[in-house]
Amino acid sequence: MSDAPLPTPGQPEPDAPTPQTPASSTGFAQEAEWLRGKGDNSDVVISSRVRIARNLSGFPFMTTASRADRLQILEVCKRRLLGLAMGPGQRVMWVDLHAASADERDALVERQLISRNHAKGKLSSGRGSSDEPRGVAVILPEERVSAMVNEEDHLRLQSIRSGLALDECLADVDSLDDELEKGLDFAFHQRFGYLTACPTNVGTGLRLSVMLHLPGLKMTGELEKASRAAHDMGLAVRGFHGEGSEADGDFYQISNQTTLGKSDALLLRELNDEIVPTMIGYERHARAKLFGDRRDATHDTVARALGTLRHARLLRASEAMELLGLVRLGIVGGLITDVPIERVHGLLLGIQPAHLQRIAGRKLAPRDRRSVRAELCRGRLSVG
Amino acid sequence: MRCERCEREATIHEVIIHAGKKRERHLCESCANNAGLSSDPHMPISKLIASFMLGPDGADPDEEDAAVQPSSEPIAPDKPAVRCAGCGLTYAGFKETGLLGCPGCYDAFGARLGPLIERAHEGGCHHVGKFPRRALRDCRSLGDHDRVEVLLGNIREREERLDAVRKSLAKAVRDEDYERAAMLRDELGRMSDLLGSGIADGESGASGLGDTTDTEDSPA
Repeated sequence: MSDAPLPTPGQPEPDAPTPQTPASSTGFAQEAEWLRGKGDNSDVVISSRVRIARNLSGFPFMTTASRADRLQILEVCKRRLLGLAMGPGQRVMWVDLHAASADERDALVERQLISRNHAKGKLSSGRGSSDEPRGVAVILPEERVSAMVNEEDHLRLQSIRSGLALDECLADVDSLDDELEKGLDFAFHQRFGYLTACPTNVGTGLRLSVMLHLPGLKMTGELEKASRAAHDMGLAVRGFHGEGSEADGDFYQISNQTTLGKSDALLLRELNDEIVPTMIGYERHARAKLFGDRRDATHDTVARALGTLRHARLLRASEAMELLGLVRLGIVGGLITDVPIERVHGLLLGIQPAHLQRIAGRKLAPRDRRSVRAELCRGRLSVG
Repeated sequence: MRCERCEREATIHEVIIHAGKKRERHLCESCANNAGLSSDPHMPISKLIASFMLGPDGADPDEEDAAVQPSSEPIAPDKPAVRCAGCGLTYAGFKETGLLGCPGCYDAFGARLGPLIERAHEGGCHHVGKFPRRALRDCRSLGDHDRVEVLLGNIREREERLDAVRKSLAKAVRDEDYERAAMLRDELGRMSDLLGSGIADGESGASGLGDTTDTEDSPA
């Protein structure tokens, strides 16, 4: 078995963690690549994400797997993931989540590398606990491709990129899937395709999602209409942190709901070529109103948001998200010119509890987080 | 239109087509919520499964008749619970969590699961798209026809799958959605190669699946 760090052709990185090291401040770049604010249609599309679910044949699903089964599944998948051939400068970081601290797990959730349930060791049914054997592999330094092991399915492969890049994300997970399949037998059914614990994922096991920033629709009162239209098109609409989260800052994730009966290419086409462009069109139309007829009022709103972030002494995460969303709108519309958009994106991650503690370098009580969060925003957004 | 449960205006309209029968429901927001037909975008997936797959009232559409039976008439106590031989999960256990226990559950509960899956996937009932390439290649090179059938299905099942894509292709052409039609034509070509080649390899005497793309109806 190969648990050793992958050889990294190219320059060695002195601070690179060994694969067994739990996520720590040395494991990641300062900012996640998917939050760079670059890429196609990045005025509206923050990021794109593609995830596929796979299960090993010959093993029960997580629902009925014994602890011995789980340990073996973990071992088999981990060995295969750590044995992947990497490109120049790339390496695999492996995190045993059952051994990681709650803060380390939360940081991975905030970076969207694992789900909340995976952090807790729970299935969607609520069963499970934090000592369930499970892990995640992240390909560094891009932090774009990752693989959760022993989540609701044995393997969930994911790629996340800035802007509208669903086709690139699909290509990432498709090639990872092919590489893994060379050494693993996946549960596959002639009628139902790739078998998953939850029948809502069966077939392709493919979930395509985009995170959209829709403040224009919100401010013009058209969000509800657009949201219903998305539902009617068979899409799920969720907040910044995915399932069950609120859409603070007007960030929304939309994703396909069906996975059976349509090929990967067709599912991609429906979202990428039809639905997302429609939503982008709605949002741009709404923004044109805000930056046209209602320019003064919009300018006032975004400038006040920036003023609050530059001077507040206490900030809740939801309030900070709301204000950062407005500042982002101001930057995209050319109303705010002295703040780079990357800084706002960096703060979207930095103000989250686990990252805030990493930046502060200490554990913070919820009460203290507000003042540290405000201090961070003041520092990052200060004039000059 | 009035809500069918109270006097308020019905704002949620649901149409369910199950086993060829159409059923409509017209409810106000409040009664829809009570019936599990929430339009809440933040609904957790487990609740969604309960409302979506197991019927709006949490009842399996297959068992609706049983569900309305008076409690004095218990449902066939001597009838053994449907249980997966692979992992021991019962169908009732699946309904509780919305999660299956092992790959074998898909066959063990196939008859009841099929319609639920079809409903959850907006009519999709056959996998279309990627398949485990290496596993299939291995089986074919080893001449393991049984395993190939496990992966791809028998002749009849393969023909059904091709037929489903052919129908979608014909619909796309009728709707003049040529981009979609082109994708389906490519998909049909890939499937014909994949499913047809197994047959050509001598898994069965039937043939003719490899050249079934209806190019006449397809866009250029």
